[in-house]
Amino acid sequence: MIKTVNLRKVYTTEEVETTALNDVSVEIKEGEYVAVMGPSGCGKSTFLNVLGMIDQPSGGEYHFLGQEISKFSERKRAGLRKRNIGFVFQSFNLIDELTVYENVELPLLYLGFSPAERRTRVTEVLENMALMPRKGHFPQQLSGGQQQRVAVARAVVARPKLILADEPTGNLDSVHGEEVMKLLGELHESGTAIIMVTHAPAYADYAQRVIHLFDGQIVSENFQKGCKP
Amino acid sequence: MPLIEMRGVTKWYAAGGLRTFVLRAIDLVIEEGEFVTIMGPSGAGKSTLLHIIGLLDSPSEGLYRFGGRDVQGLTEKELTEIHKNHIGFVFQSYHLIDELTVFENLETPLLYKKVRASERKARVCDMLDRFRVVGKKDLFPNQLSGGQQQRVAVARAVIAEPRLILADEPTGNLSSKEGAEIMDLFRELHAAGTTIVQVTHSEKNAACGKRSVSLLDGWLEK
Repeated sequence: MIKTVNLRKVYTTEEVETTALNDVSVEIKEGEYVAVMGPSGCGKSTFLNVLGMIDQPSGGEYHFLGQEISKFSERKRAGLRKRNIGFVFQSFNLIDELTVYENVELPLLYLGFSPAERRTRVTEVLENMALMPRKGHFPQQLSGGQQQRVAVARAVVARPKLILADEPTGNLDSVHGEEVMKLLGELHESGTAIIMVTHAPAYADYAQRVIHLFDGQIVSENFQKGCKP
Repeated sequence: MPLIEMRGVTKWYAAGGLRTFVLRAIDLVIEEGEFVTIMGPSGAGKSTLLHIIGLLDSPSEGLYRFGGRDVQGLTEKELTEIHKNHIGFVFQSYHLIDELTVFENLETPLLYKKVRASERKARVCDMLDRFRVVGKKDLFPNQLSGGQQQRVAVARAVIAEPRLILADEPTGNLSSKEGAEIMDLFRELHAAGTTIVQVTHSEKNAACGKRSVSLLDGWLEK
């Protein structure tokens, strides 16, 4: 599904060049569950943003679903991204002015789904995540764990092939963190590929493969037996 | 008629048979168009008060009227309507959606207000102009500085033209220069007639408002 060849990302600010990604070559198959680890500033989030087409690489190749997209226009990348990728971030990223239901519905609006289809899909996802009783609430009326469940619901409502998660448990206590990890595990089992950045070795254990980044380079890759039960 | 009227508003949480009081007998009246600052140390109840004002939480006791309507008597649906049509929020941590562009982030509140596509575009462009982020419209939040992200967040809070802006430490993550810019935006909104209630630790930010109230251990000090 994903193949990068010598992927580079360089930031230039006031004459200082920072190499965030330094010749990263990696292949990720459909349905795989990969954790990305490494110290702060090693390029983990940049890696995820480039894979998610939020950031453009400075060099190298990026093949997504068989297409080399590093030279695609923003418009073409946006189309690919919205159809295929769901995002979960540490800080939930919900819109405070919209209800839980509306927050989850948002990606479907951007993809042009019919009202009937939107209703079916949103209801199904909210039911799966035990969020139906909360559908009329606003994000600020929910606990952190509940807000992250809503964020996961929004990430999956358009049934993406790939979920990108950047420290999804970073703002949660361990009980709610486990809950979110369980949700991601279930999504993986139903065939969704997941790439997750995390600091926590215990959470990386959920993945099939762990990639360690250091100074913008892959320094090691470990394949694990598989998901925790 | 005041926009906000509280009489004896008290909030407690029950824990292990004990009541923990967060707000005690708050009397607070805010007129339409006022710019009010709520100050006080951490744990004084500032955010809880802001949540009650914004209809995200309800008092355990006391009376709260918003725009002359007794909030306790409203159905869930009516509350949601008031919340969506009249109140905008700004938080310390911006609360933008990272996978949507600046343009799309601004557009989201309008998608739910039956605003036609052409008018949505016009209003988003107007906001991009007013908040000096025109050149950023196709960028993603993480490609902006903190100050720019907060300008976008304020723009999104006001795009649906709410009567009331509630801001919880809006400059808490910003440099002093960026913070001053956000305060300038608030002053402009205030001058245009929007009611603003902000929670802040900063004396400098408080000076931008027309009136300050302080909370201490849940009590409002005048």
